[in-house]
Amino acid sequence: MQKSSSTTRRDFLKVTTLAGGGLLLGFSWFSAASETPALINKIPFAGSLGFNSYLSIAADGTITILSPNPELGQNIMTSFPMIVAEELDADWTKIKVLQAPLDTKNFDRQLTGGSGAIPHSWKKLRTAGATARYMLIQAAALQWAVPIEECTASNGFVIHSKSGKKLGFGELAEQASKLSVPKEVKLKDRKDFKIIGTAVNNVANKDIVTGKPLFGLDFYREGMLFAVIQRPQAFGTKIKSVDSVAAKAIAGIVDVVVFKNNVAVVGKSTWQVNKARKLLKIEYEYEGAIESTADHNKIFADLLVSGTPEVRRKNGDVETAFKTAAKIIKSEYQCPFLSHAPLEPMNFFAHVRPDGVELVGPTQTPASARAATAKLLGIPEDKITVEITRLGGGFGRRLKFDYVLEAAELSSVIKAPVKVIWTREDDIAGGSYRPAVRYRFEAALDTAGNLVGYKCRGVGINSGNPMREDNFPSGAVEHLLIDSVEHKSPITTGAWRAPITNFLGFAEQAFIDEVAEAAGKDPLQFRLALLAKARTAPVGAIKYDIGRMETVIKTVAEKSAWGKKPGVFQGFSVYFSHQSYVAQVCEVILQAGKPVVKKIISVADCGQVINLSGSRQQVMGGITDGFGHAMYSKLTFTNGATDQKNFSTYRLIRMKEIPAIEVHFIDNGIDPTGLGEPALPPTGGAVANAIFKATGKRLRNQPFIDDAIFKKA
Amino acid sequence: MPVYKLQINGKPQTADVDADTPLLWVLRDHMGLVGAKFGCGIAQCGACTVHMNGTAVRSCSLPVSAIKTAAITTIEGLSVNGNHPLQLAWIEVDVPQCGYCQAGQIMTAAAFLKRKPHPTDTEIEDAMQGNICRCCAYHRIKEAVKLASTKI
Repeated sequence: MQKSSSTTRRDFLKVTTLAGGGLLLGFSWFSAASETPALINKIPFAGSLGFNSYLSIAADGTITILSPNPELGQNIMTSFPMIVAEELDADWTKIKVLQAPLDTKNFDRQLTGGSGAIPHSWKKLRTAGATARYMLIQAAALQWAVPIEECTASNGFVIHSKSGKKLGFGELAEQASKLSVPKEVKLKDRKDFKIIGTAVNNVANKDIVTGKPLFGLDFYREGMLFAVIQRPQAFGTKIKSVDSVAAKAIAGIVDVVVFKNNVAVVGKSTWQVNKARKLLKIEYEYEGAIESTADHNKIFADLLVSGTPEVRRKNGDVETAFKTAAKIIKSEYQCPFLSHAPLEPMNFFAHVRPDGVELVGPTQTPASARAATAKLLGIPEDKITVEITRLGGGFGRRLKFDYVLEAAELSSVIKAPVKVIWTREDDIAGGSYRPAVRYRFEAALDTAGNLVGYKCRGVGINSGNPMREDNFPSGAVEHLLIDSVEHKSPITTGAWRAPITNFLGFAEQAFIDEVAEAAGKDPLQFRLALLAKARTAPVGAIKYDIGRMETVIKTVAEKSAWGKKPGVFQGFSVYFSHQSYVAQVCEVILQAGKPVVKKIISVADCGQVINLSGSRQQVMGGITDGFGHAMYSKLTFTNGATDQKNFSTYRLIRMKEIPAIEVHFIDNGIDPTGLGEPALPPTGGAVANAIFKATGKRLRNQPFIDDAIFKKA
Repeated sequence: MPVYKLQINGKPQTADVDADTPLLWVLRDHMGLVGAKFGCGIAQCGACTVHMNGTAVRSCSLPVSAIKTAAITTIEGLSVNGNHPLQLAWIEVDVPQCGYCQAGQIMTAAAFLKRKPHPTDTEIEDAMQGNICRCCAYHRIKEAVKLASTKI
């Protein structure tokens, strides 16, 4: 590459001539000005302003787009280049997508989380594509000596229709790279979109279905060692003594290393280290509270009554409202801990050499992982490289980098390249869970059945703030109090797909259903009436878009023929998260007296849909994920250790248990908002509300399958 | 360690490993065939599915010493150019999300369709019940098996 030939005043675009003749446009995926999602803000990341991506147009017309962010199934490697290609008027079949390694010198913000990538990159990506398109047209116009206004681009060519002249992007790329970057470019009108909003297949499909080595666990290097690590089985314990004599005697074992609370068995193959590990004799002793699920239940009950709450939102005079209420409704909802259980277990390769560190593997936060490694080993960051592999699922688990640090520390101790592999048992016992939470809701109705008072207290175990205090129905209720209490525990927790709202969405939407029933009102109309109130007489700040929420509600009513299906029991739910709105109607029938979930109809407003195929997947997968975990999954504890150890006892949804799912999108032309998570939170509520209609039984605790209505008679 | 002579994807291979080594780790650690994935190690998730004499087996729980002369097929050997009707259906229906489970899903489906070329929906569900997809792409997996069954 040559030196930059020009840089715009807007510092996110830089054009360079490619060595082999061609154009390279560097740009920043994330806008420095745009607001970043809360989850991302909490994650420290290295690096500063710079370019986090590029598109290059080679002389043969091949367009390469670098995807800087980790791919874990959210399909960013497909939807991101679609946006660039749209504005570029490129031929989609000529586009190649590459995964970038971690490079904080040149790229900014390489992480995946918070359903934030597309919303925060939308305008930057479009501008990058439109800029390259303009420069290609300009190069052609100069060559043909015709006014630029007479030229246009289409499907990888610049065309001058008056003369019938036509040149491919590849033929123009080098010339274009020598021009100045335009200060302003016009973006397309959405009615002219040819790629955005269509269904485009995942660019990695062929590699996936042929078993190519894409994932971290697929990484092998000649001479590398393998390791498994025995961590304490119970939270609140630490190592007292280790006897590794028998383990070391197993063929292929190179060493057994104790560091922190870890006993690492290092050897020449995965199977040998797993075998040897079983022969370790480790004694543990207490170092913190030893908790069981029964203790948690008592803690919840106590803290709901006697805890010192942190007030999250307060409007009006709740005390008086409840004293003077015509009717009071009170309910409690509880969820268990959950494991993320991405199908690819945690793993990482590390090679700590005297001159630097090489890290390879699946991570949602490569920059943070590197910064922490630098700190741990006392090695400067610029001596550490991170290669990001494809992630076999994440669901928030790989936002943490404990497993990266373990690999790095082990490699530095044994002075050899090593891949640390977690077994499924390690993953399920190993922490970072979705926190267990209990909510107590209280509602006050006046004589006309209007909701005039609303209280919710959340008590969570290492949950942080378990409330989303500004979400609906806040703003629509005159007297409101939302507060929370947190219990600190040795059991580690973390962000799990749609953090907090993955359960709060259910609890709140199921409770509002109870309130509507007590008020003698249709649950769907009850929400619309509250939204109308929020519009005409808002109470305090309103941080959701009333119109967008109304539209998804009304549309799902129409698509599901709400209330007009005899023999089908319908339950409704709506939730706002990650800046998107999703309403769902669940349909339940009774078979031999038991409720069977047949179908979930969903309407999502995520603004402009980029990839219709990937977006439908995110909604269908999100709903099935939400349904599966609400219905079947739980992690319980006895004396600090999980009772569930593997998929034989930790239950995940399987094919026979999935309901039919109908997906609709609101086509409103609003800039895209998040979609990786928002379809999940409303699902539990729609399901529980439909089951109530069918059986008269309110499900308030997850997993639902533990309830008597699902037990065999 | 004993030396095992195996037939993998139509080629003779030797593995110098412990007798109880699961086929999965022989394939991955010793033969460079990483298409079969490790998910649970106890035959509960199906990510490691391969064929033994045409039957779908969980390679994480199959000791190498039990294979003897049986022919083993992995995702890498399912077709010459990735053009097995199931692989094509997977691409057409755009099934993969993270993609980690998909090789196992396809291998389970391939053995099933060989036995039952024109299955009902319920038969597909029964056959695929042992394979977990954590991204929950089940609807499209089912659709792709159905589509492939019309082309086999």
